[in-house]
Amino acid sequence: MLIRLTGGTVYDPASGIDGKQQDIYIQNGKIIDKPVGDFQVDKEYDLKGKVVMSGAIDMHTHIGGGKGNIARTLLPEDHRNDPVASTHICRSGCGHAAPSTFITGYRYAEMGYTAGFEPAVLPINARQAHMEMGDIPILDKGGYVLMGSDDYLLRMLTAKKDQKAINDYVAWTMNAAKAIGVKVVNPGGINAFKFNQRKLDLDEQNSHYNVTPRQILQVLATAVKEIGVSHPLHVHGCNLGVPGNIETTLDTIQGIGGLPMHLTHIQFHSYGTEGDFKFSSGATYIAEAVNKHKNITIDVGQILFGQTVTASGDNMRQHANNKFANPAKWVTMDIECDAGCGVVPFKYKDQNFVNALQWAIGLETFLLVDDPWRIFLTTDHPNGAPFTSYPHLIRLLMDRTFRNDVLSTIHPEAQKMTTLASIEREYTLQEIAIMTRAGAAKLIGLENRGGLSAGNWADITVYTDDVDRQKMFEKPDYVFKDGELVVVDGKVVHSKWGTTHVVRPDYDKSIEKDLRVYFDKYLTMKLDNFKISDDEITEDGRGSLTTHSLNPIT
Amino acid sequence: MSEITEVPSPFCGIGTDDLTIKVDGLKISVVENGCAVNTPAFEQEITDLKPRINGKEVELNEAVSHAASLLKNTNFPVIGGCATDVNGMRGLLALADRTGAVVDNANFNNARKNILALQDVGWMNTTLAEIKNRCEVLLIVGVDLEGFAPRFFEKYLWNEAMFLENTSEREIIYLGAKPSGNASTSPSGKTAQVFECETENLPEVVTVLRALVKGQTIQAESVAGISIADLQTIAEKLKNAKYGVVTWAAGALAYSHAELTVQTISEMVKDLNQTTRCSGFPLGGKEGDQTANQVCGWTTGYAARVSFAKGYPEYDPFLFETNALLDNGEADALVWVNAFNAKANPPRTSLPTIVVARSGMTFEKEPDVFIPVGTPAIDHVGHAYRLDNVVAIRLKKLRDSGLPSTAEVLNAIEQVLREESVC
Repeated sequence: MLIRLTGGTVYDPASGIDGKQQDIYIQNGKIIDKPVGDFQVDKEYDLKGKVVMSGAIDMHTHIGGGKGNIARTLLPEDHRNDPVASTHICRSGCGHAAPSTFITGYRYAEMGYTAGFEPAVLPINARQAHMEMGDIPILDKGGYVLMGSDDYLLRMLTAKKDQKAINDYVAWTMNAAKAIGVKVVNPGGINAFKFNQRKLDLDEQNSHYNVTPRQILQVLATAVKEIGVSHPLHVHGCNLGVPGNIETTLDTIQGIGGLPMHLTHIQFHSYGTEGDFKFSSGATYIAEAVNKHKNITIDVGQILFGQTVTASGDNMRQHANNKFANPAKWVTMDIECDAGCGVVPFKYKDQNFVNALQWAIGLETFLLVDDPWRIFLTTDHPNGAPFTSYPHLIRLLMDRTFRNDVLSTIHPEAQKMTTLASIEREYTLQEIAIMTRAGAAKLIGLENRGGLSAGNWADITVYTDDVDRQKMFEKPDYVFKDGELVVVDGKVVHSKWGTTHVVRPDYDKSIEKDLRVYFDKYLTMKLDNFKISDDEITEDGRGSLTTHSLNPIT
Repeated sequence: MSEITEVPSPFCGIGTDDLTIKVDGLKISVVENGCAVNTPAFEQEITDLKPRINGKEVELNEAVSHAASLLKNTNFPVIGGCATDVNGMRGLLALADRTGAVVDNANFNNARKNILALQDVGWMNTTLAEIKNRCEVLLIVGVDLEGFAPRFFEKYLWNEAMFLENTSEREIIYLGAKPSGNASTSPSGKTAQVFECETENLPEVVTVLRALVKGQTIQAESVAGISIADLQTIAEKLKNAKYGVVTWAAGALAYSHAELTVQTISEMVKDLNQTTRCSGFPLGGKEGDQTANQVCGWTTGYAARVSFAKGYPEYDPFLFETNALLDNGEADALVWVNAFNAKANPPRTSLPTIVVARSGMTFEKEPDVFIPVGTPAIDHVGHAYRLDNVVAIRLKKLRDSGLPSTAEVLNAIEQVLREESVC
């Protein structure tokens, strides 16, 4: 079937197209060039006056894995406020802060998103992450495997294993867990918490291994680069949420020495200690450092006001913050000599000084970083806010009047501590398209996604231009996934299954010899039972795997 | 005849995956690393290969159609048991969503004791590998651990550990129940300390222990026959351990409102973490109970006692109990699913009954439809959750029995109903 999308105004940063009227042709799920000679269009959509972008990609969203399911089980009261009934097309479920898998897929699609990436896949929990994501309809998905607090890596560092050995272990783990990236969370800190350390600065040693976070970042960032993985090491830094952590974050940027590195939910790592409340914005310094260091990318982890739940691998910091749990209940886990997790419900309040300033710090960061190809739109779902708040966030970025109106309502002391009111920048549609499409696809290393030129998969979102950008982005006219129409007027009309994106870096097979001994002696599963097979993702007939290229190894 | 090694078990809850199994046609023998729980569960023979309608053997498609016709005009069917693998639960939840049914895991009344505590205060828990490598003191509350999992001590305590020089020196303390054998005696001969009391006195004993951990003064000299001095010793051991673990089995806390005991234990563990490290460790995970809660959790937001009658999932840990709904006349059909245990019979009822269960199940009253299914980890591949909730194990297929999987059967029934609803 040949589909033509006629006359829309296209924003396709991947091809350098910024608001140009042009037709798009779709065949067999992919975008094709206009056919030559005579051809028959089987289905045409008149998009004159409409805004056309590729499907949006959330490069950091907690949509699969054990901590999310703990968050769900923990919060029946939150689900009860947002029940979702089944239809003849859609399954039932629940929404809001910790939505069920089916509703996650539908609601992302209904906002024009066609892919989401789980950033914290514990190797031992990767099966669950993939099984949960396997029950998320419509979206493509993938995961970044979490390393850096696993005892195997720390033992390697203590034993002074060379970089090549670490590269092999990282590549092996990515294959075993079916990942597309590598994440590190509070480098070594989750492990240190098991030895009863309650904080771990960048140069502080793990009390058992004598290894520092700086060393872990260095070897993992190097490994990711040297094994050819496109997505730079994805870093949740030290000291999340601690006033004064701006110093650690700047040191982390400086210290990586030019290696590619992605700093995630940087808002939570941008705090100074100035002012009466000893809590201030470090966004200016962060933006300056990001603007200067071209090897650095960031996503923001914007907070928005209201009830949510924080689910993180960082059980050291989650435990430290448990007194803020609202409602007052929380969970932490130590997990399998691999990592950990912590789940703490949160209610961000605009009349709370700290929360109000967190909100402003995130927005300052968005507006002060110059290059939209190196900054990404996230709320660290659900940690800063549920992903359903993205259209509101887009309006805050694109509409200065609206932004300042909201600013004028937050805690008055927080208003005094932010430069937000003086920042004139308003994001353009093209910049939004970069952050949420082309830039995200490039950062993750997705081939044939995030663009609208021929050869791309036809993941396409069509909006009605509206000065109220929230209204515009929360209800697309059409969403196509792999060329199939899945959403009309912001409602799912057809459901399908997306693919799972992975990379498969090479490694020296002989590393399994040492690993097997380690598994048999210290872990609780046989090495061959640990590795996830392709069948596990594809055997139910719904899932598929898409393997992306690696960078040439230098 | 073939021999398969490194076979994972969904039966024992602790994710044992070092079994060696001999397969001769349909006959299975555990030849290495069996135990009193796993060996009989694997070796159980297949007796039925064909489905039955009212006791008469039929083809699978006939049984599926008949099951669909029984469910078609129901208002409030109950899907009980819910003991199967991940794909089985996916099919079960799709069928429940289609029919507006209640989904209720057979072990939920036990799991509820943990879930209510979780939903009220939360907890700090751990997993098997952390116990294996870190646990210095293990406090076992109200359960015979080796009876629960015969190989627990051998596999996870009397091993070589990364962070303990000599695991034989680990402290094992029983509070409430006593051990049924000697598995808790370390290889060097160190025996467990046992402080027995009646099960129903555990709430008092655990409360006093928590108070002692918090440094409160206790006026009494003993509680439920256990001296305060002994409890004080336990409290000190937990406080002085670099990494302590407190374990319990919700199923063994056989008294009403045992969730309050789980809550007290969980709060005590949190108290201990103000100065040292300590974790809770709930025992469970047998016959797919953890699997049911996990899959129901991500599909609906709630653990596995959910009604779809209103079109969306509704959770009530008390109202949607299978037996209550059958007894009070609310339910109008029963689907019973148990792919793991041929002895886990459906509850007695006069309602239309569809049983999708392990081959070999026998009935006092023949159900309207019986569809024998393969057992995950024996007849088909699959996934099941271990007791520690984080780890899903990959189940192998050991033989070709031709029996369908739970997922195949439930998906087929759902498919018939879906086609009928579209027409």
